This record gives sequence, C-alpha cells and structure tokens, in this order.
Amino acid sequence: MSTNNSITFSRRAFLRSSSLAGGGMLIGFNLFQACKPKVIAEPAIDLSTLAYNDFNAFIKIAENGAVTIFSPNPEIGQGVKTSMPMIIAEELDVAWKDVYVEQGILDTKNYTRQVAGGSQSIRHGWDALRETGAKAKQMLVSAAATRWGVDPSECTVSEGVITNAAGETLGYGDVVKDAALLEVPEEVTLKEPKDYKIIGTNIANVDIDKITTGKPLFGLDYKVDGMVYAAVVRPPAFGQKLTSYDDTEARAMPGVLDVIKIGGKVRAMLEEDPGFESKISSSDKIVVIAETTWQALNAKKAIKAEWENDLFMESTENHDQMLNGFLKGTQFETKRKDGDVKKAFAEADEVLERTYESPFLPHNCMEPMNFFANVTDEKIYLAGPIQTPAWKAGLVSKMLGRPEEDIHLEMTRMGGGFGRRLYGDFVLEAVEISDAIRKPVKMICTREDDVALGIYRPATKYRIKASIKDGEITGYHLKEAAINSNMYGLIPNFFPAGAIENYQVDVVSYKSNITTGAWRAPYTNFLAYAEQSFFDELAELMEVDKIQMRLDLLDKVKPDEDERIQYSPDRMKEVIKTAVEKSGWGTKPDNIYQGFVNYYCHNTHVAEVADVEIENGEPVVKKITCVVDCGIVVNPLGALNQIEGGVIDGVGHAMYGELQFDAGKPMAHNFDRYRLIRMKEAPIVETHFIKNEFSPTGLGEPTLPPAGGAIANALKAATGNRLYRQPFTKTPELLKVPSKEIIG
Amino acid sequence: MPTYQINVNGESRTVDVTEDTPVLWVLRDHLDLVGTKYGCGIGQCGACTIHVDGTAMRSCSLTLSQIDGKSITTIEGLSEDGTHPVQKAWKEVDVPQCGYCQAGQIMTASAFLDSNENPSEEDVKNAMHGNICRCASYTRIHKAVMIAAENMD
Repeated sequence: MSTNNSITFSRRAFLRSSSLAGGGMLIGFNLFQACKPKVIAEPAIDLSTLAYNDFNAFIKIAENGAVTIFSPNPEIGQGVKTSMPMIIAEELDVAWKDVYVEQGILDTKNYTRQVAGGSQSIRHGWDALRETGAKAKQMLVSAAATRWGVDPSECTVSEGVITNAAGETLGYGDVVKDAALLEVPEEVTLKEPKDYKIIGTNIANVDIDKITTGKPLFGLDYKVDGMVYAAVVRPPAFGQKLTSYDDTEARAMPGVLDVIKIGGKVRAMLEEDPGFESKISSSDKIVVIAETTWQALNAKKAIKAEWENDLFMESTENHDQMLNGFLKGTQFETKRKDGDVKKAFAEADEVLERTYESPFLPHNCMEPMNFFANVTDEKIYLAGPIQTPAWKAGLVSKMLGRPEEDIHLEMTRMGGGFGRRLYGDFVLEAVEISDAIRKPVKMICTREDDVALGIYRPATKYRIKASIKDGEITGYHLKEAAINSNMYGLIPNFFPAGAIENYQVDVVSYKSNITTGAWRAPYTNFLAYAEQSFFDELAELMEVDKIQMRLDLLDKVKPDEDERIQYSPDRMKEVIKTAVEKSGWGTKPDNIYQGFVNYYCHNTHVAEVADVEIENGEPVVKKITCVVDCGIVVNPLGALNQIEGGVIDGVGHAMYGELQFDAGKPMAHNFDRYRLIRMKEAPIVETHFIKNEFSPTGLGEPTLPPAGGAIANALKAATGNRLYRQPFTKTPELLKVPSKEIIG
Repeated sequence: MPTYQINVNGESRTVDVTEDTPVLWVLRDHLDLVGTKYGCGIGQCGACTIHVDGTAMRSCSLTLSQIDGKSITTIEGLSEDGTHPVQKAWKEVDVPQCGYCQAGQIMTASAFLDSNENPSEEDVKNAMHGNICRCASYTRIHKAVMIAAENMD
C-alpha cells in the first residue's frame, strides 16, 4: 500500500476531458475549499485515507487496488448510497471489502437523474451503472494486456487482480494510470446474473459506522467556519401575508446579528416559474440571524408580526364540502375510458357504489427542513438534504439571475424524505437569506415550523362504482376528487384497468392555497386502500372468493394489446398465489382475521396479507406477510429494511395520520398532538421475494400502499365493520369487536 | 454570558452560553457533538437522548443547571470505537434506514439494558416506545436490542 504524496499530486495527470458513457471526466473535489466543513466526518475505515487515482466521475482507484465509488443519487434512507455502488462494484469486479463509498455532488454533466424520488434510482441506474463498471474493467484489462503485450481476451479478473495466460498478475492499482488514458469502449459485455458476487448478497448500510457512533452526516450537522444560523418567521396560516413587524426586542437578544425581511426574490422567481407557486408562500418573511441555533430560535419568538388575510382561509370542513360537491358534480376530466360505463350500469343486475376519504398528511421527516447557503460573487455554495438537487440549482439560478455553473451543491445524507425534500422551498429561502447578508448561513426549522411549512399530501376522496351482470363485473367507474393536482402518469391504467370491459377514470381538483405535493407513493398511498377495500366488498356482494375474483380479473388483462398497461398479470398472479401460500390464507385459526391486497405501483408487484387478532376486546394488527416481485434484489438486507419500513409506515398512517386545518392554520404542530406509529404498534413483517432475473425495480414506495388496504380488510373480518375513512382511529366505534367475538 | 463547566464523555468542558440554552444545543453548537439530534424540541421523539449519570434523558428539555455536577454521555462517548454491545448489535442487524433517530434509539437502549439484565420482548417494546423512527425500522430496533441484551457485560 502506498500513500506517497507524489501519487496524490499525479492525479492531476489524469484529468481527462473525454467521457465515459454514464460516467465522464473526474470532478474537482476542492471547489468547496472556500468554506471547508469545520466538522469533518472521521473515516470509519482506512480505505478513505488512501491516495487514489481518478478514473471517472464514479470511480477512483488506489495503488493497492482499493476503490472509491461515488454514489450519484441523494440518500434519504432508501439505501441507494449502498446499492448503487454495489452495482458498479459488481461489474468492475472488485471485492466489496476494498470499496469505499462517497456521496457524489450535483454534477449534471457526468451524472444523470440525480433524484431521490418515485422509487426510480435503481431502475433507471441499472444499465448505466453496470456499464460504467464494466467499461472501466475493460479499460483496466486492456491496459494490463498492453503492458504484457498480450490480447485482452487472454486475461481474467478476480477481485481487482488481472491475470494473464502465463499466470502473471497486475492489480487495478498498477494499471489505473494507463487505463484512465484509454478510449472508452463503445460495447461491453455485462455479467450473467448467475455470476454475480456482490449483487444479491447482504451488504450493510455504507454509513452504518458513522450512524452508530454519531458522526456528522446530515444537513443539520453541516458546519463551516463563519457560518451563522437563520430562523424564519413565516405566516402562521395559509392565505396570510406579512403587513408589518417589530424586531426591537429580538435585536437586543444575545447573539442576534441581524433581522431581515425576505420574499421579494422568491416572488420574482415565481413570476418566471409559476409552476412552483403551490410549493412556497409568496408572502414576505422575517428572518432572525444569530450566532447559534438556540439564539436564532429564541429570538424568533420575540418577533412581533402582523399578518393580513390575503386569500380565503381554508378549513378541513371547507375541503370536505368542496370534495363532496365535486363528486356529485360533472366537472371531471377523463383519464381513461374503455367501453361505456353508463350503459353497463343501466343494464346491470346489481350496482355497488362506495366513497373513501383521506386527510391531509405532513411528511414529518425526523430531520426538520434546513439548508446551507453561501452566496458569493464567485460561486453559490449549497449543501444539505435535497431529493432534487438539479431542479433546485435551476430555480436558484433563475432566482439570482446567475448561471447554473456558479452553483456548487453537495447532498448530505437526509433524515428522511418521503417526498417533502423534492421541493426545496427551504433551499430558496436559505439562498435568499445568504444573498441578502452575504455570509455562509444555515436556515433551520423547528419541528413546529416543519409541520406548518408542509407541502402536504392533500385530502383526497375516491368514489368507486361497479356493475354486476350475470355474475360478471361489467363496469367500473373510479372518480377522484383531490386538492391542487390529480393522479398522474400511468396510475389510471393500474389494475383493474384492462380487466373490465367498461372502465373509466375521472378526476377533478380544487385549487387550494395550502401547499401540497408528493408524499411517499403519491395517490396510490390512498388509492390502493380504496380500491382493494372495494374489491373485497364486491366479492362479498357477488358471493365469490376474494382471491379467485382477483385472479379471474387478471386472466382477462392483455398487456400486449394495450401499451398503457405496464403491470404484468402473470407476475401479479404469482405474488398473489405466493402470498396465499406463505400467509396461510384461509387456514388460520378462528382468532386470526386476515385481509388481502395485491398491488402494482412504482414498477413493483406486491401482495400483502394482514393478520389481526383481538386483544382485550380490541383488534390489533399483529403481522403483515408481504410478497414482493421487484426483479433482481440488489441488496436483500437493504431491500428488507425498505419493505418493512414501507409496510409499517403504511399501517401507521392509515391508523393514525391526520392533519386538520382551521382558518388556514394546521391544527397540530408537533408530536404531542400528531401521532406517528411507535414500537408497540408496529406489526411483524414477514417478507418473501419472488426469485427471477427481471431488471430490478425500486422499493422505497411500493410496499406502503397495500398496507392500509390489507389492514382495512382484516379489520372488517375482525369487527364486521367496513372502514371508509382514514385514519381508522378517527372512528373508534368501528374498531370495536362485537361482544360475541370477545366471548367466543 | 455566563460560563459553565460540564462533564461530557469523561472530559470537563467549558461553555459560554445563556442559562436557558438546552443541553441539546450546547452539545451540537458549542461542543461540535452533533451525534445528538434535534427532532421535536419537546421531549416527544427521543432523537436527542443522552445519558445523565447513566439515565436516559431528553437533552432538548434539559438546562445546564439540571446537569450541574453530573456526568453526560453522548453517542460519541458511548464507546471509544463503536463497540458497545448495542452499537455492535445495531451493525449486526443493519438497523438504520435514514439513520437520523438512531443515536437516540441507541442511547435509550443502552441505558435500559444497563439496568435490565434479561428483558422480555415486551419489556424492550415498552422501553423503546418513546423513540420515534419515522422510517419505521422498529422490527430491527427490537431485534438489535434483544441481541445486545445477550451481550451486555
């Protein structure tokens, strides 16, 4: 092993302007020198201290063959900082113990789709990451072959060591300098899944040592010399704007450096990009700048602000009335229409119609919103937790009228995302503050700020109507009444689209001044429960087996004839049958009540069975059996964590999650009045993967939507009560078990 | 501003802060011990849990006068090299998703196991119920605490 300085300096020699497909020239890592982090994470392992030779934007190789792999996408707890480098390491053919992972910075030239969202990192990265690894391996082998004067085909590779026919060996570190100068191959052969050594094995979270010893990793931990803290006073209610304020008392408090007003730059940006207006308040805001977090938060309380009601002050009751009115009305936009549902209903033997309701939900990431900004004449330095760094760089560029090349953005590990950090309204605030004071600044939110600053999952209602004729489901009409936006993309074509001759999806939305957006598995997080509850009720009405009814519907789907149908009936049937077998469906003793759901979203097929038992007269969700077809499982250890988390999150929000509004104000601001699921309420999750060699799909979201439906169907079995409204604890009378059940 | 002496992770440290500054922010902003996390500020989530003379407490709701003369342990001082049985169990089970709440979970678990030698599964659930994990890694937290219980000195 060599850590000779000359090697470090010689890295400059490998600056290359040509680019690898999916990779490219290396990144300069000293751009941030102007405000170097004061708190530097100590390396957990020696690998980080080695002298590395840059290879491409994803890979650096040390003389001893150790490899640093840059993970391009933001890490919000979904595990891509471990799984994306695993894919590169597999094709590069190095031992995982020799791999050190670093978070890549925002670099739109060398990385594509640096986004944490839609469960798409692995699905979109699969081909590009494998090719990046494989092409680098081929270049390393070529360099070794040239040195030996042999044909590359005569060489073999194992764990970063190249061997020729004569048995001579060269390590990757020995040839990296030569290899990095070679032309990038156009074509490359990828491994067969049977030859995988890293993919499919259990790899621990790459940050596990840092997390368990409290090393700085998150946005809130980020510090640079001279950094100040900013706490923002925002309108207490949606629809309000600032009229005046008195900062006399705050200015006199310890550590307070300044009190300023911001908002103008965001308003100007909104004029240019009105699409962002449902994501950020256009009111002026007051900002307290102080030397420490506590001083800023404390002085913020001393600001006396006057607000006026600028827009309609909305309440939960208004939303309810509005959505009910929409469902009765005719203002729908049709998203999919097969056949003639009206005719099917007119000719039906029986018609079933049900309405399902869901509330607003805040995201409640454990790490409250925060961001670091340092706007200087030369550069705009940004750092913190953001799911969409490129989008935010674009908005910041518009807001300050500066080229995007001026922006240097580092993604920190995030204390949860769940969709909230897609929006980055907090990035714009931090930038506007730093631009005004021209200092490195960290904008910090309290939990109360965070809940009130929501870009919430909006309240939504579904009305579903189906017709039965001669024992067949002949018509299905799904209506969505939502707030600010409606279901998008292929959701109107999810199951049972394609299975029912007369099928229609209609949507309508109400324009609210409460900011709303994506929340883990947007739309489907509630739609799955509504539709799967409805299927059960339909089966009960038809007096047919609930599972068989779903399988019969899937038999009718012909995806070859309709490109909008992206779920696979065959893969769906397999998860259903496996869930029936693994959950002991229909074979459980009388005291275990089960509920079934099959679902497809985010390109992954899932079936879940909930087991409810009665304890002290109350139904308790004890276990969820979860069957997942996500294709190749890149990292089973991480995949199971996502699945368990998604399921329990789904159970928790279906049971307890609700945020109400009164006169524009959220009615809860912290965990004393907002209930999240905790240890004792969490069911056991038993997961089974379908083994196949399909390309992998994501797991951050797809197991959440089925959970609410599975427990609703199990609770119906236990109590006899059908639940039409989330959260289920809102109607405690429906969670009571009939007295005979207690005796029995 | 007044000067306070506090005993953190076996060291005596001097800080210059106003009396009302919660211990959480003293640790994070003044001593650069950022492993202790801010989650709610009202003692409801457990992300800021530290040990005060061996007892798990919420540092967001503690003032300096309340820890006067007492020994503070944070996640950074739980062990020298991350090998406390609870830390080891966390690694073995690969508990974290986002990881933000885990220092608080580990501090709650380690203080609990110090005074409960052979906890039942129910005891562990009760002990950990006060710590929120928004990623819902609860099944792994539970498993890790049970493993750590076997390996405590």
